[in-house]
Amino acid sequence: MLTTLYRIAKYGFQNFLRNYLVSIATILVLLLAVVVFESLILFGVVGEKAISLVQDKIDISVDFLEGTPEDEMLKLKSSLEGLQEVKAVEYVSKDEALKRFKDKHPEDSDISKALEELGDNPLRASLNIKAYDPKDYKAVAAYLGNESFKNIIENISYNQNQLVIDRLAKIMDIGRQAGFVLTLLLATVASVVSFNTILLAIYSNKDEIGIMRLVGASNAFIRGPYIVVGVIYGLSAALIGVLITAPFVYLISPVIKVLIPEMNIWSYFLSHIFGIFGYNLLFAVTIGVVSSFIVVRRYLKG
Amino acid sequence: MITFNNVSKRYGANEVVRDVSFKINPGEFVSLVGRSGAGKSTLIKMLIGEELPSKGRVIFGQYEVNKMNQSELPELRRHMGIIFQDFRLLAKKTAYENVVFAMEVAGRPQAEIDEITPQVLDLVGLSGKYNNFISELSGGEKQRVAIARAMVNHPDVIVADEPTGNLDPINTWGIINLLTKINELGTTVILATHNKDIVNQIEKRVLSMEDGRLIRDEEKGKYILV
Repeated sequence: MLTTLYRIAKYGFQNFLRNYLVSIATILVLLLAVVVFESLILFGVVGEKAISLVQDKIDISVDFLEGTPEDEMLKLKSSLEGLQEVKAVEYVSKDEALKRFKDKHPEDSDISKALEELGDNPLRASLNIKAYDPKDYKAVAAYLGNESFKNIIENISYNQNQLVIDRLAKIMDIGRQAGFVLTLLLATVASVVSFNTILLAIYSNKDEIGIMRLVGASNAFIRGPYIVVGVIYGLSAALIGVLITAPFVYLISPVIKVLIPEMNIWSYFLSHIFGIFGYNLLFAVTIGVVSSFIVVRRYLKG
Repeated sequence: MITFNNVSKRYGANEVVRDVSFKINPGEFVSLVGRSGAGKSTLIKMLIGEELPSKGRVIFGQYEVNKMNQSELPELRRHMGIIFQDFRLLAKKTAYENVVFAMEVAGRPQAEIDEITPQVLDLVGLSGKYNNFISELSGGEKQRVAIARAMVNHPDVIVADEPTGNLDPINTWGIINLLTKINELGTTVILATHNKDIVNQIEKRVLSMEDGRLIRDEEKGKYILV
């Protein structure tokens, strides 16, 4: 068994090296597919980050009526935290609201003067609610609209921002779906092109497959070396894919940082380099092996 | 050892082999003769399992070839050495590697391969050509590689389909001499040819085919064209 495996591997490497022109051409096409695939991963990460940043900026706030006891407000906070749609609820007391307001406008003397003239804190205590998904705000707003809260709630921001939130939710949904469809489409195109290249590479060996059969080689012995070549194609394309993408990611990183300051794509690339290589490898080796398997099977049947 | 029992082969409406029956015993040298299109190659293809008969039975030793499926054929072919007019060698391998390949697919141990391959190549007159790729060999040398590959696993039978068709007279006789020597060592040889001189000179059993039928079966026969 081990001897047979060794012989299959030997013939695989021999085929790869002796058909070096075909091997190079196939790796180049597979490399193109890998780079497309890798770019889709990275664009996916950037896109997801952009979407999550927008999503983080969306919340709804509930302003309480003047004089609402704090324990009532905290009770509502707890009940909101119990909702499955709610990711986080922050309670902002009147004093905290004033502090934040002053911190936000430290240099604005007009605001400071106005607050002094008023004497009392004009701001309301409030709750800032973040949902897991922008689509969930509708359900949260509906919950807050319950009759039992009418005597403590003065205002729910969702009612003013409903249109914007819904539109953002829809845009994010479309963005995700478009990304998925684009990924699927490009990955399929890349796979089909690679499959055809491997088909042509093996087609040039069609006669040899017939000869091997005549000599008494089993199907596994014939197929094995082509599978090995498929693995070598995939491995080479995955490795070269990471190596040639790295400088591009390095160069594009500052540009993306300008657009999304929280995103450092170069750091992400470096910290996930083995994962990216793993995905490349899985993608390229799968194409290489599956294509070889299917094509050789066709000639073995003939 | 080999039995064709009422074998016919039809491609659509065209019947290329018609109700052929014969037996070949171990150690025989049989020439299968006939004009192009007489059905010789189809008969050989049915023997090696490349074609299935439309009717009848093809028996080779313990195998009923007409009932074998694709996955069983490699086992059958390891008991045969097959030689073709167009050599059918692995072009991207050397002479040595072509012979080694046949031994490796048969699962022979490496030590045996290392020992036997040079011996067989020397025997067919290819000393010094071990590492030549097939494209670097002449027609006669290619056919010698094919013979070395065919005989290296000590097959029960060597089936040669027009093995001298592409060769000049000197190489032709070199190949025929090799086949007769192999036969003298006990291996059955089936030689399909339309070369009258070869058949008449070697004076072995002759199966004559015409229009898909076996019309003559003679010991020490001659090639007689009707």
